[in-house]
Amino acid sequence: MWPGQCSSGLPYLSTECRVTLHNVGVEDELPDGVNVSKEARRAISQAASVFVLYATSCANNFALKAKRKTLNAGDVMAAMEEMEFERFLEPLRAALEVYKKGQKGKKEVSEQKRKEKKRADGEHEKNKEDEEGEDEEEQRMEEEPEEGEEEVEN
Amino acid sequence: MSKNSPEKADPSSEAKKTISLPISRVRLIMKSSPDVSSINQDALFLTTKATELFVQHLALSSFNNGCGKETNSLSYSDLAKTAEESETFHFLTDILPKKILARDYLKSLEQMQEEDADF
Repeated sequence: MWPGQCSSGLPYLSTECRVTLHNVGVEDELPDGVNVSKEARRAISQAASVFVLYATSCANNFALKAKRKTLNAGDVMAAMEEMEFERFLEPLRAALEVYKKGQKGKKEVSEQKRKEKKRADGEHEKNKEDEEGEDEEEQRMEEEPEEGEEEVEN
Repeated sequence: MSKNSPEKADPSSEAKKTISLPISRVRLIMKSSPDVSSINQDALFLTTKATELFVQHLALSSFNNGCGKETNSLSYSDLAKTAEESETFHFLTDILPKKILARDYLKSLEQMQEEDADF
């Protein structure tokens, strides 16, 4: 079937899923001024949907093999290799770095906000804050695995 | 042309700007896959980014490989051609079938029926 066959059969494709990804970024790589027909655009977006399904199915196999229920970054990278898209590996790694840094910054910002809120709320409980400083650290550690599975809000 | 996900003014929006595909949509598609229970946020990001790279790769390959180069255009047939001819994109042949004229299809259908009749 597919090169480096790893998924179990054809990806499940509901009609809704087929045309869910709007065509973005197509022209970035093409030379300036290239006309892309409407039909081609639609086809590309469908292809993108199939790609997501194929990649997900493939990555999921790696996760299941490792007896994990959560798909992680490593699974996706392994899937790319399996699908023979090694050319993506480097740019993906680089992009992930940037993304992770951004996430870290976001977490720090929200931690900061939370601290400030606490300070504002619990002015009269100033003493307790010292004790809670330790708890916050633990909370942060606990939150990490959870956040990994959280829905990404858009 | 890029469709950025709605962003709040915070440092993480810098990272999010690196992708133009909507993450929520990608997540939807991933969840529709059977046997997938949950998806790590990093995995979601990577899949979205990979899809973006894929789209660009497909468009560029089809353009270079196809007949549109003279007319500076990318058409459906360029894509179908690439799907059929390239190993990498072979998994797309089902959704990017080459188009044939109705009369050619009917002709081949007739031929097939004749062959069956011979048995």
